[in-house]
Amino acid sequence: MSAAAAVVAAPPHVAAVPPRVSEATTEPAWVRRSLIAVALVFLTLFLFVPLVAVFAEALKKGLDVYLAAIVEPDALSAIRLTLVAAAISVPLNCAFGVAAAWAIAKFDFRGKNLLLTLIDLPFSVSPVIAGLIFVLVFGLQGWLGGWLRDHDLKIIFALPGIVIATIFITFPFVARELIPLMQAQGVEQEEAARVLGASGWQIFRRVTLPNVRWALLYGVILCNARAMGEFGAVSVVSGHIRGQTNTMPLHIEILYNEYQFAAAFAVASLLAGLALLTLALKVVVERRVAAQAEVTRR
Amino acid sequence: MLLSRALLKRHSVLPGFDLALGFTLLYLSCIVLVPLSAAFLKTFTLTWPAFWDAVTAPRVVAAYRLTFGASLAAALANAVFGLVVCWVLVRYEFPGRRIVDALVDLPFALPTAVAGIALTALYSGNGWIGSLLPVKVSFTPVGVWVALTFIGLPFVVRTLQPVLEDLQREIEEAAAILGATRLQTFRRVILPIVTPALLTGFALAFARALGEYGSVIFIAGNLPMVSEIVPLLIITKLEQFDIPGATAIAVVMLVASFVLLLAINGLQAWTRARQGR
Repeated sequence: MSAAAAVVAAPPHVAAVPPRVSEATTEPAWVRRSLIAVALVFLTLFLFVPLVAVFAEALKKGLDVYLAAIVEPDALSAIRLTLVAAAISVPLNCAFGVAAAWAIAKFDFRGKNLLLTLIDLPFSVSPVIAGLIFVLVFGLQGWLGGWLRDHDLKIIFALPGIVIATIFITFPFVARELIPLMQAQGVEQEEAARVLGASGWQIFRRVTLPNVRWALLYGVILCNARAMGEFGAVSVVSGHIRGQTNTMPLHIEILYNEYQFAAAFAVASLLAGLALLTLALKVVVERRVAAQAEVTRR
Repeated sequence: MLLSRALLKRHSVLPGFDLALGFTLLYLSCIVLVPLSAAFLKTFTLTWPAFWDAVTAPRVVAAYRLTFGASLAAALANAVFGLVVCWVLVRYEFPGRRIVDALVDLPFALPTAVAGIALTALYSGNGWIGSLLPVKVSFTPVGVWVALTFIGLPFVVRTLQPVLEDLQREIEEAAAILGATRLQTFRRVILPIVTPALLTGFALAFARALGEYGSVIFIAGNLPMVSEIVPLLIITKLEQFDIPGATAIAVVMLVASFVLLLAINGLQAWTRARQGR
């Protein structure tokens, strides 16, 4: 579909457009300037100042307080738990995203649209409700609660619960990045490889993966950022045991509620740094994805 | 082999359909479908009057009013300012445009708890912004609106951006040649083209705001009947071990989300049709 649009838009813009017409399709200078001003004031109040405030508040009481808040044992254990939860949930969602994209983009089957909607479902569920549904399944009064207790297994208020809630929240990220790109790329290259005698694994590794690697990386980056920052869902299933089941966002909440503002913002600044890194990577990768889509279109 | 025989519309030479779709369906069921259905099945353990009482108690109704009202106001603000931001980013050249463009996604990348404490500090009475404002923002419903506006910001901009970029200048030139003023061209030509995308962005921001928790609880003050949002009420009920009550409210919110999801799907189909793809 987008390939057809590209063909239609193909003739490059001829430079000989009379200047008066181009003036007629833009606004007077004062309108342009005021619109830019409105946009920048709005973004400053709602985006830039909050971002700067995180770092300013974190360093308000000096570098020593900042570092002390980060190397403190509870903070370190929160950082470790956040990394572990992301290290388990991101690869699982990555595997799912690849499998779902392979089935959806490369084959024509009944119920595809329904499946696409269902994959997006976690985005429209409130994080708090996402946590709640796992309490209903694994909690003491839940479906599996009695069985889990009899076998001395702990899911809610422990690492497995945190991981599974994180998986739910970040479920669609990789699949959503891969599906549209792989659909646009079609199946010709894979079919050619098949005819030439490649096995399924070889087709995937040598043909499909190189074609989608940047989009895959992009999905993983977004998935990881959300996994490390998830608050609502994890808050419901974690039980807030200090030094044990507190992730970084939950640790921030506790510090903040104890009026340890500088410490709360210090830990928050780590996550804000991660967010900035994510955005920077996103810009780089987005450019590669666009280039890759351009190449496969030709 | 079963899946491919039952579902495939056309034979394919490519391998792996059964494995890929089988894993997809299994994973989807375990992580999403079965747990979600638990919420609906749990409410069936309540009698109808008990369910009705749980979801229409005055404190719950006040929370609905705040959550839906503030989400609507935030989505509206995002629609208006999102259109301006998107227009400026697509049409005009100014210093720092690319950085601004990248930072629009910040609310997607910044953890909600971080956003929550930053906004609270800024908009409280002695904060950088709060001290300049004549009205109290932190710990009031206005604070809820501020947090939800932050969270929903990228949705309108990012939904609108591809549509504005694809807008063909020729149409605007034609309108200008036919004697339309710039404002007429915008109102009669551009706005109708971008309306489906604008509505989609609005609905996405609204849907996200309805379920938002992390960024709101710090700034809201969380007074029952005044500044308590529905997700917080669900957590409060859970902490009081009122699991059926929490689930009943959750089901109401889930139904609202699913209706919105359907509306968004419809709007996206409309956007594609309007773009002629």
